[in-house]
Amino acid sequence: MTEKIKQYIIDAAGMELTLARLAAEIIEANHGSKGMALVGIRTRGVPLAVRLAELISGIAKKRIPVGILDITLYRDDYLMARKTPKVRSTEIPFEIHGKNVVLIDDVLYTGRTARAALGAILDYGRPDCIKLAVLIDRGHREMPIQGDFVGRKIVTLPGDEVRVHLKEVDGLDEVVLVETVKED
Amino acid sequence: MNQVRFNHLLGLEGLSRAAITEILDSAEAFLEVLDRPIRQVPSLRGVSVANLFFEPSTRTRISFELAEKRLSAEVTNFAASGSSISKGETMLDTVQNIEAMKIDVVVIRHFAQGAPHFLAERISAAVINAGDGSHEHPTQGLLDIMTMRRKVGNLEGLKVLILGDIAHSRVARSNIWGLLTMGAEVMLCGPGTLIPREIEDMNVDVTNDLDEGLAWCDVVNVLRLQIERQREGLLPSLREYQRSFGLSKSRLEKAGGEKIVMHPGPMNRGVEIDSDVADSPASVILQQVTHGVAVRMAVLYLISGGERVIE
Repeated sequence: MTEKIKQYIIDAAGMELTLARLAAEIIEANHGSKGMALVGIRTRGVPLAVRLAELISGIAKKRIPVGILDITLYRDDYLMARKTPKVRSTEIPFEIHGKNVVLIDDVLYTGRTARAALGAILDYGRPDCIKLAVLIDRGHREMPIQGDFVGRKIVTLPGDEVRVHLKEVDGLDEVVLVETVKED
Repeated sequence: MNQVRFNHLLGLEGLSRAAITEILDSAEAFLEVLDRPIRQVPSLRGVSVANLFFEPSTRTRISFELAEKRLSAEVTNFAASGSSISKGETMLDTVQNIEAMKIDVVVIRHFAQGAPHFLAERISAAVINAGDGSHEHPTQGLLDIMTMRRKVGNLEGLKVLILGDIAHSRVARSNIWGLLTMGAEVMLCGPGTLIPREIEDMNVDVTNDLDEGLAWCDVVNVLRLQIERQREGLLPSLREYQRSFGLSKSRLEKAGGEKIVMHPGPMNRGVEIDSDVADSPASVILQQVTHGVAVRMAVLYLISGGERVIE
């Protein structure tokens, strides 16, 4: 299998602008920061949640609580998966009950991760509402789920892969669309 | 990522450091599940687990049952008394019948050593050994190791004293295999009649002097004295055992330093361990019980997931 970069979608400067816009949209839709909590979905939703929380805290002049969600135990493909996915811990260091929770993930694709995240979050309590913010919406949904805040909506083919690289994990900020080609 | 495959958990003998580490790391995540408002996750929905206990057990059975329920598995319990085993059916017949009822995972406790291995070769369900004779009790070994790792961080070079009736203890064997694999050092302590000769080949030290063992160790894992052994003539008297090998506060103080005190339960208070030790801050005995549920969740999760590789 070889990979071919089809398109550079976001570079470092673009990432900064996109996150600033998402932060502004999130706080606007919430009518301020009251009751707001961000929850990042492992893995790359977590650094995104931390950055968005900093941006929103900067606007609101108030700290926004951030949690980490591991959805492994809520996946719907667990018994079908070829490999057993590694379970990691969830860290929600605040009371979920009554909060306006914004779930943060890097890529919205089939919607199954978001579905699992809804199940997981509800086991921690009853928030007033849950919204979904994603950096990239690449289409091809298999569930009736849509992002409330979307960084960039792109057109992809089912075989494409969206690679989100973040400073905290990968050393640089960028999003690229990759095509994998099977060799004969 | 290099994933370790589990088809069965029959013992800690031969289980790699990577496999044990993966179970312990997963167990840490499950420990968090036990602290949630809703202590249940849907991972094993649709998975049928049968708990087959051919030997009486309270805490291991309850611990497995809780672990299964917290993973949303479907649980069936078979106890030897009250089932057709008491009507003369063989173990293989019993299990094949259970399998015909479409069971995915069998958790088995049996008085015969090797019973889980016998089953694992003959049925398609995954088999978890919940204790076979005096051979192994792998989930107990894992929960003991998890408790030590949480307490000290790194198992490499940790000095563990296993105290008591080594000869009849499956807990001792699983501890020895697992701890040595993880790089810990093990010393055994007990009366000569309760330490089998061949165990010295396992790369462990042996002493009959509790004070020597206590002075050496960081952790002391006290085994339950099976009182019935006294009738077999292996022990002169319980009082004499208590005087030589009972863990008391004064003995611990004499050894100096901070020791971690463990016991797999159920305890004979005043025989192998005194109450003022069992209930002291050095004791992690109740943490072991909590970790037991998390470790069993991890094993069930890892064994049920993915495609089974037919060996």
